Amino acid sequence: MKSIKTWILVVLASSLLVACGQGGGGSGSKKSKTLDNTKKAGFVKCGVSQGLPGFSNADASGNWTGIDVDVCRAVAAAVLGDADKVKYTPLSAKERFTALTSGEIDVLSRNTTWTLSRDADIGLTFVGVNFYDGQGFMVRKNSGINSVNDFKDGISACTNTGTTTELNMRDFFNSKNIKYEPIAFEKADEVVQAYDAGRCDTYTTDKSGLAAQRTKLSAPDDHKVLPETISKEPLGPVVRQGDSVWEDIVRWSLNVMIEAEEYGVNSSNASSLKDSDNPAIKRLVGAEGELGAAFGLDNEWSLRIIEQVGNYGEIYKKHIADTNILPNRGPNQLWTKGGILYVPPAR
Amino acid sequence: MSNKNKDLIPQVLTVLFIILVLIYFTINAQNNMGNRGISFGFGFLSQESSFDITFSLIDYDGSHSYAKAFLVGLLNTILVSAIGIFFATILGVTVGISRLSQNYLISKTAECYVEIFRNIPLILQIFFWYFAALRALPLTIDSINFYDISFLNVKGWYVPRFIWTNFSLFVYSLIAATVLIIFVSKYAKKKRDEIGKQVPVFYISLGILFGLPFLTFLIGGVTLSFQIPELTQLSKTIYVYQGGVTIIPELISLALALSMYTATFIAENVRAGILGVNKGQKEAAASIGLTKGQILKLVVMPQALRIIIPPTTNQYLNLTKNSSLAAAIAYPDIVLVFAGTALMQTGRAIEIISITMLTYLSLSLSISAFMNWYNKKMAIKEK
Repeated sequence: MKSIKTWILVVLASSLLVACGQGGGGSGSKKSKTLDNTKKAGFVKCGVSQGLPGFSNADASGNWTGIDVDVCRAVAAAVLGDADKVKYTPLSAKERFTALTSGEIDVLSRNTTWTLSRDADIGLTFVGVNFYDGQGFMVRKNSGINSVNDFKDGISACTNTGTTTELNMRDFFNSKNIKYEPIAFEKADEVVQAYDAGRCDTYTTDKSGLAAQRTKLSAPDDHKVLPETISKEPLGPVVRQGDSVWEDIVRWSLNVMIEAEEYGVNSSNASSLKDSDNPAIKRLVGAEGELGAAFGLDNEWSLRIIEQVGNYGEIYKKHIADTNILPNRGPNQLWTKGGILYVPPAR
Repeated sequence: MSNKNKDLIPQVLTVLFIILVLIYFTINAQNNMGNRGISFGFGFLSQESSFDITFSLIDYDGSHSYAKAFLVGLLNTILVSAIGIFFATILGVTVGISRLSQNYLISKTAECYVEIFRNIPLILQIFFWYFAALRALPLTIDSINFYDISFLNVKGWYVPRFIWTNFSLFVYSLIAATVLIIFVSKYAKKKRDEIGKQVPVFYISLGILFGLPFLTFLIGGVTLSFQIPELTQLSKTIYVYQGGVTIIPELISLALALSMYTATFIAENVRAGILGVNKGQKEAAASIGLTKGQILKLVVMPQALRIIIPPTTNQYLNLTKNSSLAAAIAYPDIVLVFAGTALMQTGRAIEIISITMLTYLSLSLSISAFMNWYNKKMAIKEK
């Protein structure tokens, strides 16, 4: 009768497993599972690109830098007290959302365009915008093409697969009634190589991406980016749907960096501003109010972000302007200085 | 408890356990997807895909559905696999026989080929053929010109487009020719068995295959003209050939890499097959006065095929599955188009990956079924 006992055991064990499976998902309460797990692990799990200078790029010794990377560093500074406690996972455009929804990463900060269908349909939540971008075209300088109006039937365009660029490109050429040949690669490096070899006449992606990838071409000065912008590409960090506390932490980690610039708080003067006369500044550096408590963090979370990572102006200058990718801030300037960076007040 | 039950119970338990594990995975996935606000369903297949594909065998653009995009990807996968299998077989058999050649130069060349291409990872070979070819080929304006009808450059190989009238009649004549050839060869075999007379089947078949379709041109009103690709200028330095058929460089390099790589394994199968035929068979064939070619064709190969076919089936399956590496060089196969772009645009990972896996499974099982049938046909028939 041994077999029957085994049989009963197997059934019991299996039903237990099924029960665990049902209870295993996220919880709807105020507590944040992601925050708890992050504190337990001791690092923030951050998804970045496979290498886009200025946004997320690894140097020869494996250190990641860029403005997308700094969003994750800000979250680590806020939650764990140390901006360096981040584990980076380089992801292709195709892998990024699955990595986030499956829990392999907790923050996706990888020049990702905020769109309705991505936000609403596939279990993601966009928390804000850290770079306002738009899609453009790069061509060879000697091609005689000076504007998108010079494109004619038969033009071939290289881009990345699985991106909004692929869709915008179709919308654009259709609206102009131009027959084009789309060549879509999985990795950005292969797009650059194919374009460089002459496989396609134009390379289209976000303008910041074009500026960054141009530095990888064999003769960067032989190429130029056309003046027109054919789409809106608000790029920003993404989190999983269903953990509103974690979502708030990431959102406000980004927001305080922008607000800090607005009030002139930077990495070098932040701690000395604790006795400032301006209450908004005092709140930013944690000298007034109990803002951190709302997320279950201490009161100096925002001070740590500003001290360890910097304000938005500092990180833009360091990664985008000084590297000559896009020296002009364009729309990514504060609203007070003619740009469109405008964040809700941290109070 | 009877012995029969004792044997049965462990098996029933195993099956039950597997079913429970599957149920667990399904429920777990459903719960997690529910918690994260992800819906499940195949409704997206009928939605507009809104992305374009470089190369398609059927009429397609972004206004068609995701299901149609899937079909485009599937046909492209089948196309590159079919081309790959065709050339891998020819090259493999040639190299396999060459390795056994008495001629030192031929056998060593074949050996070098096998050892080099078998031992380099396929993805590197694909990159090599693609990027090396792209770098080596001229720009459109300096295309390599084949007698003013066909042009090769970095954007692809441009060949004339065939323009037919009464095309269906031509197809019927081809079908008729095929049927006729089957009858002729059956008749020839019967003659040989009955009175030992050799009918020149090959030449008769060749005659029928070309003669019958040719007749349709003469009396059936079938005409064929060519549209030759023409160079057009798009801007100061951008030129493109229009009007012909473009074979994209991605297809050429992928097919080249797949067939060069797989041919090495087929060559080894062929060599093993030939070596596996008893030496006495060859000697016996030689002693009744058959020539070298005849010995290979009539005595050695029929027996060698029995050894060659089963492992070669594996290579065909490998080639088909390896074609999924196409995504790396932008050849729009099912992985790039469906498991890539479509997955990204819809975010339906579980649905799309399951469909893609099922598709590869069906492709592989079909090839396998065909090869098993062929293997049975070639097997020794006991009389």
